[in-house]
Amino acid sequence: MFEALQERFGKVIKNLTGKGRLTEKNIADAVRQVKLSLLEADVNYKVVKDFIERVKSRVLGEEVLKSFTPEQQFIAAIRDELIGLLGGEQRRLNLVHRPSYIMLVGLQGSGKTTTAAKLAKKLKKEGLRPLLVAADVYRPAAIDQLEQLGKVIEVPVVTGDRKNPEKIVKEAQEIAVNRNHEVVILDTAGRLHIDDEMMEELSRVKELVRPDEILMVVDAMAGQDAVNSAKVFDERLDLTGFIVTKMDGDARGGVILSIHYVTGKPIKFVGVGEKIDDLEPFYPDRVASRILGMGDVLSLIDKLEASMDAEKMKEMESKLKRLEFDLNDFREQLIQLKKMGSLAEVMSMIPGAPSVDAVKGEENMKKALAILDSMTPQERRNPRIINHSRKLRIAKGSGTTVNDVNRLLKNYEEFQKMMKQFKSNRRLLRKFGLNI
Amino acid sequence: MGLMDLLKKGLKKTREGFFERIASALKGSKLDEATLEEVEELLILADVGAETAHEIVEMIKERYREAQDDPLEIAKKVLTEILEGDATISSPEKPPLVISVVGVNGTGKTTTIAKLGYLFKSQGKDVVFAAADTFRAAAIEQIKTWGERIGATVISQHMGADAGAVAYDAVSHAVSKGKDVVIIDTAGRLHTKHNLMEELKKVHRVVSKILPGAPHEVLLVIDATTGQNGLVQATKFKEAVEVTGIVVTKLDGTAKGGVVIPIRHKLGIPIKFIGFGEGMEDLKPFSARDFVEALFD
Repeated sequence: MFEALQERFGKVIKNLTGKGRLTEKNIADAVRQVKLSLLEADVNYKVVKDFIERVKSRVLGEEVLKSFTPEQQFIAAIRDELIGLLGGEQRRLNLVHRPSYIMLVGLQGSGKTTTAAKLAKKLKKEGLRPLLVAADVYRPAAIDQLEQLGKVIEVPVVTGDRKNPEKIVKEAQEIAVNRNHEVVILDTAGRLHIDDEMMEELSRVKELVRPDEILMVVDAMAGQDAVNSAKVFDERLDLTGFIVTKMDGDARGGVILSIHYVTGKPIKFVGVGEKIDDLEPFYPDRVASRILGMGDVLSLIDKLEASMDAEKMKEMESKLKRLEFDLNDFREQLIQLKKMGSLAEVMSMIPGAPSVDAVKGEENMKKALAILDSMTPQERRNPRIINHSRKLRIAKGSGTTVNDVNRLLKNYEEFQKMMKQFKSNRRLLRKFGLNI
Repeated sequence: MGLMDLLKKGLKKTREGFFERIASALKGSKLDEATLEEVEELLILADVGAETAHEIVEMIKERYREAQDDPLEIAKKVLTEILEGDATISSPEKPPLVISVVGVNGTGKTTTIAKLGYLFKSQGKDVVFAAADTFRAAAIEQIKTWGERIGATVISQHMGADAGAVAYDAVSHAVSKGKDVVIIDTAGRLHTKHNLMEELKKVHRVVSKILPGAPHEVLLVIDATTGQNGLVQATKFKEAVEVTGIVVTKLDGTAKGGVVIPIRHKLGIPIKFIGFGEGMEDLKPFSARDFVEALFD
């Protein structure tokens, strides 16, 4: 995510280092570079123009602090303005009525149906009883799609007569009340914002359910026109926010940096993957930090907490404390890490982490797991018993070479040494957040 | 309705506002810096990208220096030259012609396949659809519905089945039954997903084993609303599966689809079709001249 922007911003900042003071002249090039990088990232042209003006007036104006270096000043200004573009504070769903309605709207192919299922799963996890409504009667098999997704996440789907969106919605209203569903999610058909008739249909559905949330689903890869369609949807339906999808397609940030600024409506969630769990709340400050290559430790912790078993974490921690961390635990760690998502994604959240060859990293991880899986529990508990013939067996079983097995064992040894050193330096560990 | 009218109808929204402004900026005027800057800005707003927009403006400038023609005519010429390419669909010596349709999620692959199938049907050809999107829920039902509507045979398995196996079945069916065209509906995949791109390679490998030279066409579907990410999509898909052409969809919105200009300019992939509506006939072979003319007209 945001690699392109990150890289280009990095260069800009580097070029400013060593400048004594920021002047109109010496920031001219930096400003031009920022402008180009934002444009190449599909940020709307008018948004870029305003953004540049604001950054310029800030760094050249009175708001500059003397104790900052020029590049710090520049970064601070850009970060603040980025957060502003992204919407400032994180904004949650505002579900006040019972039942509460959430309408998902948007252009064709933005990912509404998948998002409806993701959102239902999320709300279910939070203890609510969601109901899904398949009101896309136009795209062939769109209703089947939602029905199938509903089965997977075990959320009921209302399909009504499969023909008339308003009728389907009315039926869903009855079911919601009768069966005590707290929240109803409406999947509507994709439509062009310039299609009057279809937009009118949405207004009628809106009138019918009076939704607490009417969210436009927008493809993160959209270009300059995204703001136009968002503006029209907002004007006609008075949106309460956006969900930006396909953020995992090396999204450049253009859409998320433009739509809030143009409509004044917040981005509430982002879709970050193909799995039904891959919907995350949107945090403007964290995203701004990430765009500037400052990492996003907070999201990393969220991810850790969401994917790791709390009990296991505690167990692991106490094992680390007593230096009892054996290969069984190492294997467990790798399995947990795999659950967190792609390695590249995880690394990108760590500030200053070197950019890894994601594919190679994943392969190495897979290899390590295969090797560990081919060991007996006994061998994992006490790797010292692994002699040459055992190594041969492990290599054969995991489809690797003895060299690979040796490398893994050596890494483990070094890790243990490191832990011993760490133990003698607890302060350092605490710095890493491990309370030992 | 003639082709030009259809194009104009589909591109009407594109033309209004945007290229009209370019046109009025350029028409009969002298080519000064302010005008050029405006042209550059408008190209960026059309998703041409800052870099390519700059190059195009430089080209216009250069041409103008050589011959002080009408700047509008020069601009049209420059854009047409960039976009021109072989838009024909290759035909193998012996049928079936195998077309694989690929792209990221939500660009309109399945609808495009239906329209392509309709196009071939109207030429009197026997069409087979391969339901090789076995990943997305109900994708198989979607292609089946289209198959029924236009009268194409749909070869499918169950959801989660191996995409390569489905493609294999479809091509062998077409070979043994003497069908003319096989169109493979592949799952939408983001170009950043290494494994999925590998899977796509495999589908093509399997097809080429049963019919050497197939797939004869690999069409990448690009959504006209896509920004500069479209260029990355094209780059990555080309690296993986030798894309032979682009289909630009959703040109009936207000998006300009300008990203096809750098795709053609930098990667050399020709644009073969444009899609501009929900109707079955709303897919036309791409013509650079018509496209640019319709934009400026």
